[in-house]
Amino acid sequence: MKFSVMISEGPYTHQASDTAYNFTKAALENGHECFRVFFYHDGVNNGTRLATPPTDDRNIVNRWSELAEAHKLDMVLCVAAAQRRGIADADEARRNGKDADNIAPGFRISGLGQLIEAGIQSDRLVTFGD
Amino acid sequence: MSTKKFLYVNRKAPYGTIYALESLEVVLIGAAFEQDVSLAFLDDGVYQLAKGQSTEEVGMKNFSPTYRALGDYDVNKIYVEQESLDARGLTLDDLQPLTYEDEDDDWAEKDSIKVVSTAEMAEIMEQSDVVMSF
Repeated sequence: MKFSVMISEGPYTHQASDTAYNFTKAALENGHECFRVFFYHDGVNNGTRLATPPTDDRNIVNRWSELAEAHKLDMVLCVAAAQRRGIADADEARRNGKDADNIAPGFRISGLGQLIEAGIQSDRLVTFGD
Repeated sequence: MSTKKFLYVNRKAPYGTIYALESLEVVLIGAAFEQDVSLAFLDDGVYQLAKGQSTEEVGMKNFSPTYRALGDYDVNKIYVEQESLDARGLTLDDLQPLTYEDEDDDWAEKDSIKVVSTAEMAEIMEQSDVVMSF
């Protein structure tokens, strides 16, 4: 089955990102295809490489980056949501006159159309949020 | 591109969290994809359509007028759950009217909002291909 995932909450405060990660990993390991993982609302906070969780806990951001690399996952942060919350890649930082970017490896920033397209192209769009 | 039945489910109050505003942004962007779009409002989500919203005192953007533009985007199937209205002491009269011009009926202006029961809402969800809950 071809599925896509939407994640609506940030890391650590909510379990949504953990559950989405476990779901996506299990589905991929069982031979399913993931068209896209789309991060919306506070979910975009899963994509900052500046996160520094305590070393005795899981690193949610790195975990996503590693999963993306292993499976060539397309992980998209919504641009409008990212701008509101201070998540930027080099292009976004330059365009908005910021002095730094913070996007983590494996993530890219794009528009909400990518979410709609995921809904159209996938057999299932699975939402992880509150 | 194929056409699917999209249903956007709105469950939260318009202010206090950002879900309602960012849901509306998805609906407006999604309208460009020419899909079969419906909106559902239930639980505190029914407050999103309340008329006479004023946000001056809380310093937030009042985005409620944007709902009135949905008809121009061919988003005209807006379902509001009766039980959610009842539980909050609201009636259809407490909501801002949302209308669209029906091109199949000489562009007559028609109401977009339809109040439905929980059972009918379940049926609408069942018949949708893509359900996004906000």
